[in-house]
Amino acid sequence: MVQTNPGQGASPAKVQFGYIRHGDQDHAAPVAHAVVVVGAGPVGLSFAIDLAQRGHAVVVLDDADRIGEGSRAICFSKRSLDYWDRLGVGDRMVEKGVVWNVGRIFHGPSELYQFDLLPEPGHKRPAFINLQQFYAEAYLVDRVSALPSISLRWRNKVTALEQRNDGAVLTIETPDGPYRLSAQYVIACDGARSSLRSMVGAGFSGKVFEDQFLIADVKMTAAFPTERWFWFDPPFHAGRSALLHRQPDDVWRIDLQLTPDCDPQVEKKPENVRPRIARMLGHDKFEFEWISLYKFQCRRMERFIHGRVIFAGDSAHQVSPFGARGANSGLEDAENLSWKLDRVLRGTSPSDLLETYHIERSAAADENIRESTRATDFMAPVSAQEARLRKAVLALAKETEFGKRMVNGGRLSVPSVYETPLSTADAEAWASGPCPGTSLLDAPLKAADGRHLHLTDAFNAEGRRFTVLSFANGTAVDAPGEVGVIRIGGDGFADAEGFAGQRYGAEPGTAYLLRPDGYVAARFRHPTRETIAAAVARAAGLN
Amino acid sequence: MALSTASNFAKPDDAFRAIVEAHRGLSDKDSADLDAALVLILANHIGDITVLREAITLAKRRMIDTSQQQQQQQQ
Repeated sequence: MVQTNPGQGASPAKVQFGYIRHGDQDHAAPVAHAVVVVGAGPVGLSFAIDLAQRGHAVVVLDDADRIGEGSRAICFSKRSLDYWDRLGVGDRMVEKGVVWNVGRIFHGPSELYQFDLLPEPGHKRPAFINLQQFYAEAYLVDRVSALPSISLRWRNKVTALEQRNDGAVLTIETPDGPYRLSAQYVIACDGARSSLRSMVGAGFSGKVFEDQFLIADVKMTAAFPTERWFWFDPPFHAGRSALLHRQPDDVWRIDLQLTPDCDPQVEKKPENVRPRIARMLGHDKFEFEWISLYKFQCRRMERFIHGRVIFAGDSAHQVSPFGARGANSGLEDAENLSWKLDRVLRGTSPSDLLETYHIERSAAADENIRESTRATDFMAPVSAQEARLRKAVLALAKETEFGKRMVNGGRLSVPSVYETPLSTADAEAWASGPCPGTSLLDAPLKAADGRHLHLTDAFNAEGRRFTVLSFANGTAVDAPGEVGVIRIGGDGFADAEGFAGQRYGAEPGTAYLLRPDGYVAARFRHPTRETIAAAVARAAGLN
Repeated sequence: MALSTASNFAKPDDAFRAIVEAHRGLSDKDSADLDAALVLILANHIGDITVLREAITLAKRRMIDTSQQQQQQQQ
């Protein structure tokens, strides 16, 4: 992978953090911690905040002392925003971010079709916001500083790992020399070039795409709408593909497909990038924020858990960017892992529960890799026959619905549906509603005091624990004591616009059991205390 | 119109991918042979000469459009 930062137009949000010596460094013997997170990117920081909110002390190590450099995610999904709401940073992200729901696909000079990723009302969050990764990281760091149980240590580079039966010992290099820490669990969120991954001796194999892609963030004032625009064979970049996407601060992400044989050293020079972009925009009144040249890869670790080291985000799986499945899937990893590790650390679930993190998230990684591989293959056909098939699809898309649906300019990130041992199979017939293993669906609610809120807010207010979503039938649902309850109808929340009942296929008495990460664990037409308790036990890995 | 051009697959990407993968590793000539066999198999499955003729017309029309475009670009 080749990338360069021309260092122009540095944004004020790029923050430098100082190294601060920690008392742990004064001890000859490694100081013991429950959890050490390696990597202060969006995934590591979100995971640390989540676990801290659940009452645990967390150490976060990062080898750098600043954010805002390197490859940057820009598209954060509804699901990620729901998660960040739960971590107390959602409003800030959405306030700064650029909200979008619509994408357009062009072929040559004409529009083929457009799609709306959130065509229904009644959701707290949009399908996506675009936000520079350094803003997201800066807001997460701010949130971390409000949580005294997180110790965030910059310029702490892990140089060695020693696995033990009940934990791991890390050797850490700092400006003051090395020190050691022991941890019951090490969470490796140290990115695609993870050093922890090499330390556990794990492979990271998959597919490398031959075509090179030029990614440039340019600053300009422009009247393009806030939509994702994707071109096949545009007039300004014949024979290849192009992407245009808006970010905050009048910055636009431009992604141009180049040939496999072009010289990256030549192509990434600003004076060579400029005419390409000018051809696309029809003018050259823009400044470069960032230029990078990539060959994309799709690959994952075979196992996400190696002894006491658990991998999350890009360290565990890497995808091409068409579909916004990198950072978003990493954030899903974080949320999936944090509630499970919380229970294991408390001793309320056996450590086997962590294995379901691997089961659920490696399947999700496979899905993300499959989707982004297909999109990248569609953009860069590898044989004459594939090029012909694509040509046929693009030609047919002009006048047929089926052709449009086969055009693949990136299938954007949606939460995976888990096939998981933590789910309880439906015992009744369901014509609609999210099946077990599905992330909760949002809907507008109204509280007894007239306050408007969303189901995602109500779930958050219940403390992100096992929660029963109950559609009233006169009597309150009989839920076990440790389980939260969201009651809709009766003396609970009003189903303000009828969406909750619709989306959950509700009848009087219907109940859904939600996991602490907001996924459906079980659902019942006629819940009893016993059936709910059994589903909680299964979802907590207790049987 | 008897020929359905609505999107009939629940997952169109899976269908496209299945065809792509059928061709992986084949020479261009073998790919053309595979396509010919595939067309005959699917045509027989449809079993309706009117639909087949409409499909041929649609496919040919798209080809003409594409070749006209290319000529224009070359001019």
